[in-house]
Amino acid sequence: MKYAFFPGCVSQGAAPELYPAAMLICERIGIDLEEIPGWTCTGAGVMQEKNQLFGDTLNARNFAKAEQMGLPILTICSTCQGVMSQANKRLTKDPEYLAQINDYLAEEGLEYKGTAEPKHLLWILIEDIGLDKVTELVTRPLAGVRMAPFYGCYIVRPTEALDIEDHPERQTSLETLIETLGATVVDFEGKTRCCGFPILTINEKNSMAMVGKHTSEAKDLGADVMVTPCPLCHLNLDGYQPKASAQLKRSVDLPILHLPQAIGLAMGIPAQELGLQKHIVSTQPLAVKLGSRS
Amino acid sequence: MDVTIKIKRFDPEADQPHSYWEDFSVSVPDNATVLDALIKIREEIDGTLTLRCSCRSAICGSCAVRINGHAGLACKTSLSRAIDEDNCVTVEPAGVMKVIKDLTVDFDLFWDKIREVEPYLQPQGAEPEGEYIASNESMLHLSGVTACIMCGACVSDCTVLEVDPTFLGPAALAKAYRFTADPRDGDREGVSRDRLRNLSEATGMWDCTRCNECVQACPKGVAPMDRIMALREQAVSAGFTNNNGARHTSAFTESVGHSGRLDELRLPIKSVGGITNIGAMLSYAPVGWRALTHGKMPPIRHKNVENVENVRRLFRKLEPDLAGPQIGRNSPFG
Repeated sequence: MKYAFFPGCVSQGAAPELYPAAMLICERIGIDLEEIPGWTCTGAGVMQEKNQLFGDTLNARNFAKAEQMGLPILTICSTCQGVMSQANKRLTKDPEYLAQINDYLAEEGLEYKGTAEPKHLLWILIEDIGLDKVTELVTRPLAGVRMAPFYGCYIVRPTEALDIEDHPERQTSLETLIETLGATVVDFEGKTRCCGFPILTINEKNSMAMVGKHTSEAKDLGADVMVTPCPLCHLNLDGYQPKASAQLKRSVDLPILHLPQAIGLAMGIPAQELGLQKHIVSTQPLAVKLGSRS
Repeated sequence: MDVTIKIKRFDPEADQPHSYWEDFSVSVPDNATVLDALIKIREEIDGTLTLRCSCRSAICGSCAVRINGHAGLACKTSLSRAIDEDNCVTVEPAGVMKVIKDLTVDFDLFWDKIREVEPYLQPQGAEPEGEYIASNESMLHLSGVTACIMCGACVSDCTVLEVDPTFLGPAALAKAYRFTADPRDGDREGVSRDRLRNLSEATGMWDCTRCNECVQACPKGVAPMDRIMALREQAVSAGFTNNNGARHTSAFTESVGHSGRLDELRLPIKSVGGITNIGAMLSYAPVGWRALTHGKMPPIRHKNVENVENVRRLFRKLEPDLAGPQIGRNSPFG
């Protein structure tokens, strides 16, 4: 299956391990990725609070390019997913608004017809590829690994923008996938809450409190590792965990994996190739646990 | 249908007060609401079960509780849609606020915050000779916010209030917007400068994480978070930009407008007011060092997307103030 690939800024910036890990597992699964040429940032909800029209125009531009490629959009970022879904709802329900935006795009020879349906890799694996196929590729099941899911706000709310009514399975998609990889789900209250990243430069204390609360809750429930489909959550939960831990005045040391890394491990791809060594919180205890299985 | 209602209970007068779960099995009509089941339990099984309710029609806002972990009105939630495959549903008191007994919580925190935003019209300048005039359009817009029934569902699920009770929170900020967006409030142009200045301070509009919990929880479509975003737009337009939140959103837009993508290295620096903010730079240092030593520092030289001129053209057209004449030249994001 072939998709128009929307990697998102973070997978090529502050979380550079995500992009190659996603490419590796997609190749194994047989997902052919063609990057949308000259794609731009979705605005991450930040631009939208200042100028929604500019944000929606840039998203329509990405959608129009994917339409030209004749391919459905695949993203590997929860935040990109949510912002694209929200923009797409506004664009497709209001023909006048779409026409206004298409006027701006016309100078570049682009037109968005309203047919894009951006989907996160997480949803694509379940809805398009099918769990049978994923199960087939799981050659090194993560048996014995206790894995806590962390979704990222934008891939769970608001449910209307994400078509949850038509796809109720999306609400438990991460747990479903964790089970498919052979790991044990550690269910915890924080799994659909905010990681605190959006207010990192605005109210660091609150942002760290969120990181501390979620990572320690999962750890106390016995999690060996947390997995997230959102690279922005990853930046905060992993990159800022030492700081959050200091604020909380306790050690947490919970490794955080990107979703494609967890999948890759279960497919037997070496941790090094998946970039696990690039994480701030050491993934070594997980490697030891995985190494001891057989 | 036969259902099991798992209720989180709390009795302050117990010898050692603590929260605990109790299961109740009840038989109710297929079209029953969660509230119908709760009332049936109270009337037929356990008269000590404490809850608030009144109108049973999603108007009074008394019965907000957490159903399956998320806030909502018990009277507006259909039981058949809430139960799982085992016909079970969990009901807990609203979050953030202190539990008084069983499903009732202390609303002081809620009302204190509403009072803090001075929820009454404050027109400035000379009074008009006749009445204050407000357009139909502006009043229709406000009706979306005045639909709030003060149920506290948004406050219950707010991810910021959960860690910081000093945050004004979604209900009070949406209420504040009801006045900043009222053409009669504030100066003769309808700009509520004093309010916007106050709300731009710490614990105000910029502390919201944009997590959408309040949008999801609100039973009346008020969408508090969207109102908070509108407050931010109003505050920036009114010139209240000397804070990290306003700098962040401008710097973000500027970065994308200039290069098409996010410059993750320079954004946080610009958000805190630049490299001269020594305190912030020092606090970033350990995080930056850890990122550098793990091979995950964003590129020093931020690249433009292919055909970036098309993005800059849109930036100039749609965000002229920010794009300015220097676009692509001498800009930190150029």
